[in-house]
Amino acid sequence: MSVIATEPRRLRLLPLHFMRSETAGRWLHAVVPITFVLFLVVVWEIAVRELGVSKVILPAPSVIGEALAQNWPVLLRSLAITFSVMIEAFLLAVLSGIGMSVIFARFRILEMAVFPLAVILQVTPMIAIAPLLLIWVGLDHVDRALLILATVVAFFPILSNTTLGLRSVDHNLRDLFLLNRATSWQRLVELELPSSLPYILGGMKISGGLALIGSVVAEFVAGSGSATGLAWRIVEAANDLDTPRMFAALFLLSGLGVFNFAALTALQHLLLRTWHESAIRTER
Amino acid sequence: MAREGNVVNLVENFKTSIVMPTAQSFPAKTVPVMESDAVATSKRPIIRIDGVTKTYRNGTNALEKIDLDINAGEFVSLVGPSGCGKSTLLRLIAGLGTASAGEIDWPTSTYDAKGHPMPDLGFVFQEPTLMPWRTVFDNVYLPLKLGGVKRKDAHDRVTEALEMTGLARFAAAYPRQLSGGMKMRVSIARALVKRPKILLMDEPFAALDEITRTKLNNDLLHLWEQQGWTVVFVTHSIYESVYLSSRIVVMTGRPGRLSDDIEIDAAYPRNEAFRTSSDYGEYCTRVSAALHSASAAGDGEH
Repeated sequence: MSVIATEPRRLRLLPLHFMRSETAGRWLHAVVPITFVLFLVVVWEIAVRELGVSKVILPAPSVIGEALAQNWPVLLRSLAITFSVMIEAFLLAVLSGIGMSVIFARFRILEMAVFPLAVILQVTPMIAIAPLLLIWVGLDHVDRALLILATVVAFFPILSNTTLGLRSVDHNLRDLFLLNRATSWQRLVELELPSSLPYILGGMKISGGLALIGSVVAEFVAGSGSATGLAWRIVEAANDLDTPRMFAALFLLSGLGVFNFAALTALQHLLLRTWHESAIRTER
Repeated sequence: MAREGNVVNLVENFKTSIVMPTAQSFPAKTVPVMESDAVATSKRPIIRIDGVTKTYRNGTNALEKIDLDINAGEFVSLVGPSGCGKSTLLRLIAGLGTASAGEIDWPTSTYDAKGHPMPDLGFVFQEPTLMPWRTVFDNVYLPLKLGGVKRKDAHDRVTEALEMTGLARFAAAYPRQLSGGMKMRVSIARALVKRPKILLMDEPFAALDEITRTKLNNDLLHLWEQQGWTVVFVTHSIYESVYLSSRIVVMTGRPGRLSDDIEIDAAYPRNEAFRTSSDYGEYCTRVSAALHSASAAGDGEH
């Protein structure tokens, strides 16, 4: 807490020693963006009111809030559906992606055979496959189609990142395991997976976002039927020209995305904070 | 001036007195282990390298007909121009890779069910090669863990290895928190944790600063004397090899062949006084000259 005497005198919002402390760093990280968003919301509210913009074009935040409150039970149910599709698709993608990479790493011939197919599946726009998939699973099981589509979309980043991670294991460490006669299982658990963890987590971050996109896009394509997630609420609201309700659903979708990102960032921090370069803060 | 003349003489004399290890100078491979045990107590081969050749698939000749006996308790340095295959030889000794021709025998080793030798050895890589996600303790514990030893049963041996290498206070630290020299100590501690009789070291101190290197050299020598290990040490530093070794094996440039086998007949314990002695200087000159002609030999023939 030493105060440096030669610091030039400037007008400050907060005392210098506070600005420099670690708690202040964290505190500012939370406060600055929230304040800025609040500021934008206020500007939005005032602008819409002053300029008399129609609520069909751009509703004021207060009107959106009202719509959110009025439609809360329906929207909450839809939120739960979209959330569960997203989470299930994400977990399926993570498990199958890591599992397949591990198998590829052990049996190169299988990788040669299957990896190009995974690439083809990845580069084909998912929205184009959706109608076909709907026919296959039957219109009575739209939920299954949603899950499959979202999983396929979320799968590839996990597969390619884990494969890269498994290949990037330090060769000397591999030799060390060989010298100590490690079993294949020990090599996987003690060396390959921990060493690939930063890659896997990077893939998971991308894949988490894609799982949400996948579940929304799939629902758009699936259309009516048993689909009642947030995406369908947006379509419904658009048909009714009920822009405030559309914004309310959209707001919840963004919330889901933010939750997703925050949870995965927290997981990454938790798993890597003690050892990985990405999580280490250096003092300057 | 007189001194320089002496050195030249020494080198000349030495050239004629070099004992070239050839296939004939070794007893036939079929000699039973019992007999070789009985023959010599002071020079008991613990590693017998017999006509080892290594050619890589791309046609590179790394090693050609290496014949070398390493005796129990020796501190042998392998020196040679870069790319001469010293590291390759060390890796072959460790069982990392197979020789294209010839073989490596372990007269005193036990064998596993498949007939592979299971020598008691520890290997130290050129880089520290630590797992960044594990603490110092767990890095050192790894060889025991892979051998199925429970963590609590391993505690004493890990602690012993950490104490030997001066790391007792750093058991809970992560590798990233340590300096280069300390990381190298962890790497050595890990090689020691199984209490090996043979230590193979591949330029372990090459990346360290002079002061750290000197310190680690002294610590290593001290441990070697105390524990009675056999050490095979790859280095490109003449000074380091002379300071540490009881014997220096000089290899030619690619393909690696043995060119000289120099005994460093200076008493242990060695310390800073040895570093400034005339003996040390003469040995350095001798090894340097040998290395020089070895480099020329490699270039000339290929």
